Amino acid sequence: MITLSHYLVLAALLFSISVAGIFLNRKNVIVLLMCIELMLLAVNINFIAFSFFLQDLAGQVFVFFILTVAAAEAAIGLAILVLLFRNRSTINVQDLDAMKG
Amino acid sequence: MTFELILFYIFGAILLGAALAMISVRNPVHAALFLVLAFFTAAAIWLLLEAEFLAIVLVLVYVGAVMVLFLFVVMMLDINIARLREGFAEFLPAGLVVAAAMATVLTLVITRFITMEAPERAAADYSNTAELGAILYTEYVYPFEIAAVILLVAIIAAISLTMRRRPDTKCVDPASQVKVRREGRVRLVSMESVSRDAQKNKSRPSTSRQDVSSQDKNK
Repeated sequence: MITLSHYLVLAALLFSISVAGIFLNRKNVIVLLMCIELMLLAVNINFIAFSFFLQDLAGQVFVFFILTVAAAEAAIGLAILVLLFRNRSTINVQDLDAMKG
Repeated sequence: MTFELILFYIFGAILLGAALAMISVRNPVHAALFLVLAFFTAAAIWLLLEAEFLAIVLVLVYVGAVMVLFLFVVMMLDINIARLREGFAEFLPAGLVVAAAMATVLTLVITRFITMEAPERAAADYSNTAELGAILYTEYVYPFEIAAVILLVAIIAAISLTMRRRPDTKCVDPASQVKVRREGRVRLVSMESVSRDAQKNKSRPSTSRQDVSSQDKNK
């Protein structure tokens, strides 16, 4: 039978892959946003696995809200990205040093 | 090895493979498409966990809306892929070490301390959507409304960020169109009536003088 740890290990591996993706694609803002989406997916798998194994629907309600916030985040992030490309003609993270951070 | 376990391994393998492909392909469009594949297989895994409503929502909202938005932006922007790939090999060892360490630690902790067997499957007439709706609109109604406000804020932010008024575009101004009156456009000119023969006989300077005088009278 599938146990809870099967799902948790799957989500942990997915999370690790997306962390590696953030390291590897640290110049490309679009792929960075996609890696964040993948991380949220891993977290959601955890929530739903616990929701099923504890027979408690609160986990699924939280996934619902995470999906809402993630959609809002993607919309605003891509809007900022389009604005950035319009003003600077680049989405390279290395070129975005106007604030000297 | 049950059928469920086989399904879980198949979908899990596709999910991890799609994630690995997403972070390593050159082209951002391909990365977005691999992310779509990852979302589809994740939805299948959620179906195994009896979260049918959220599985459908994942496909509709994520694949249908968010990933289309991503693809739209990726294809709209003319980005230089070669420059963005600089430093990929440079950060490869660091990324792999961090990811491997994280995966190892998480896996050890999970397999060592968490052991939980699956509960009984729900009956065939169990409706996940009805159950979710029953607690979403009663117990979680305030968070639900806050989520609605967050979406509204996202709409307003996205529109106000990307909307711009270009000075070189031409467009009509409805307010000034509505304000137009007859006096602003039409000017009545009263002139002395002159017979054609008389006009022919007259010399040019005199006729021009007459025109000027008639126009002065109107003003």
